[in-house]
Amino acid sequence: MPADPPTPEPSPGRPVLTVDGLHVTVAHGRTEAVRDVSFTVRAGEAVALVGESGSGKTLTCRAVLGLLAPGVAVPAGRISLGDTELTGLDERAWRRIRGSRLGAVFQDPGSYLNPSLTVGRQLAEPLRLRLRLSRAEARRRAVDLFAAVGLHDPEAVHDRYPHELSGGMLQRVLIAIAVSGEPELLVADEATTALDTVVQAEVLELLDRLRAERGLALLLVTHDLAVVAEVSDRLLVCYAGEIVEDGPTAEVVAAPAHPYTEALLRVAPLGARGRRELAVIPGRPPEPGTAGPGCRFAPRCTYATDACTAAPVALDPVPGTHRRSVRCLRAADLALQGAAAPDRTPPRTPDREPDRTEVPA
Amino acid sequence: MTVTTEAPTPAPPAPAAAATAAPRLRIRGLDVAYHRGEPVLSGVDLDARAGEILGVIGETGSGKTTLARAVVGLAPVTAGRITVDGEDRTALRGRALRAARRAGAVQYMFQDPLRSLDPDLTVSRLVGEPLEIARVPAAERAERVAAALDQVGLDGALAGRTPGRLSGGQRQRVALARAIVTRPRLLLADEPVSALDASNRNHVLRLLDRLRHDLGPAVVVISHDLDSLAGVADRIAVLYRGRVVEEGPAEAVLTEPLHPYSALLAASAPSLDPGRRADLALLRTPAARPPAASGCAFAHRCPFAGPDCAPRPAAVEPRPGRLVACHRAPDWRSRLAR
Repeated sequence: MPADPPTPEPSPGRPVLTVDGLHVTVAHGRTEAVRDVSFTVRAGEAVALVGESGSGKTLTCRAVLGLLAPGVAVPAGRISLGDTELTGLDERAWRRIRGSRLGAVFQDPGSYLNPSLTVGRQLAEPLRLRLRLSRAEARRRAVDLFAAVGLHDPEAVHDRYPHELSGGMLQRVLIAIAVSGEPELLVADEATTALDTVVQAEVLELLDRLRAERGLALLLVTHDLAVVAEVSDRLLVCYAGEIVEDGPTAEVVAAPAHPYTEALLRVAPLGARGRRELAVIPGRPPEPGTAGPGCRFAPRCTYATDACTAAPVALDPVPGTHRRSVRCLRAADLALQGAAAPDRTPPRTPDREPDRTEVPA
Repeated sequence: MTVTTEAPTPAPPAPAAAATAAPRLRIRGLDVAYHRGEPVLSGVDLDARAGEILGVIGETGSGKTTLARAVVGLAPVTAGRITVDGEDRTALRGRALRAARRAGAVQYMFQDPLRSLDPDLTVSRLVGEPLEIARVPAAERAERVAAALDQVGLDGALAGRTPGRLSGGQRQRVALARAIVTRPRLLLADEPVSALDASNRNHVLRLLDRLRHDLGPAVVVISHDLDSLAGVADRIAVLYRGRVVEEGPAEAVLTEPLHPYSALLAASAPSLDPGRRADLALLRTPAARPPAASGCAFAHRCPFAGPDCAPRPAAVEPRPGRLVACHRAPDWRSRLAR
């Protein structure tokens, strides 16, 4: 069973997105790729789904957006946006919700724009149709939105074609389009992965500002813990289709409760700049559907015991914490190492020599 | 100068600290321009020594890929010299250039292994191909392919697979095995880890680190991401709009940058340091102007730029081993008071 959402307490905002017991299958139901995922994103809150490829984070995000590929299905679980139940919506209803209440940005902004229309038109036209604005008024709104996402000279940007803009500018255009319908939730799926370091920092700050100013709920999906360590309020660490740790970002980063989170923190580039032995996570995640009954991380875990693989491990509250849960039998007796806040973290040596552990599947 | 087409001899293993030896790669006054357009690279000077990892960092359009392509003869050099072990690569033409390429002493590892590896060839064919081109006898080839796969930590059982049936990290290691199978004296790796997750990224970087110790080539790693260079690079050169704006020991450049652009890069990388955002605010310009045609290439984005930044800054060496091209290098940091 999923851990129940934490008991009501003074919370930042009303729940915007509620995912409850979500299962996603691939290969026409033959393989379970996401198992029993539950979480809530509140207004003004940034929640990050973090994990390696194959962890189920992207499928979870696509299920929330109603953008599942053929053969991929949600056999169980509920996804609600405010009071609206999203699972089981037909395509027309989905499209209405995606354009307005639900916005999304992805990794490759160029491929989501029409190359033969100016970017201003691609933002103004839907605004004009939806809000029944005049062309001049729609243009004014579009220029305002371009300014709001930090594009310099928004009037000029309005009349540019996608190929005339840099990757960072295109991502800002996409964000402007995504927030133009005043969505309650913005999903950013690896939205800064392909950007230059300087631009990535700017786009993350933009998302953070939109969250603060507009009360937008943010769902950030990424493989790179470092990217979201600073801008998310809450971390959901996914492994092999399950959430293995869930808690406030600052607490999880400072003192992880799951060995996989510890491993992710160790490989994440979090400000250590000195010459050092780079850490790796030995082995590979299991292929979907091949995991045994117990802990799915056990084969790669330094701390695993026989009990870990014998039976399913539940996502339980972390003892002595508030609003944190972990899927690990040994959580209570492990003292895992987090990332220190000051910049210069001392070099660490990995627990074992991992160079040759990657074996063919 | 011509090169023999004999199979390349292994480079003598050089310790990483062989800093006194003549550089294996030497680039002097390099200009590159496509179709008589604006220069992509201007006046680039760089050295890489045997057994050393030189990191080249820059944003999209900074010319970092062009720099690597110029070294292997794939970009139009309009001025300057590139030498590898004293041999002038820029002077090679026609038959001599083809012979030099075949010999495989300089290897280029392309950005995207999925697109640069032939999807129909097996791993062993892909890795053996540079040896076929270098006319290494078949018997020796098989042995060396196996050794190269072993060196990059790939299981021999994968040798019969095609790239489509490998993970991203495995594909990148196939590309690396292919690059080292000729035992190159110089290896250029263009964004070798940008498509990989953090664990696989570290894995490939560690391999590069070990290979330069074991095989002794000079390694140039090109990246837009400074975290791909921290930890393995010995020295870092920062490229901005086709010019080297700073160069020095990796850790010093990343933690104590001398150029405002290097400082902006370092402060932009993800970190848990709470002071970073304050730094960032001071290192950015609220509204960047269009770049000037002459003068300092970074002035249009530099919060410290003034009228005296109009002439082009020459690279100076304020401290031994550290180069910076910035008129404000002596004093900009004093304006970064927290």
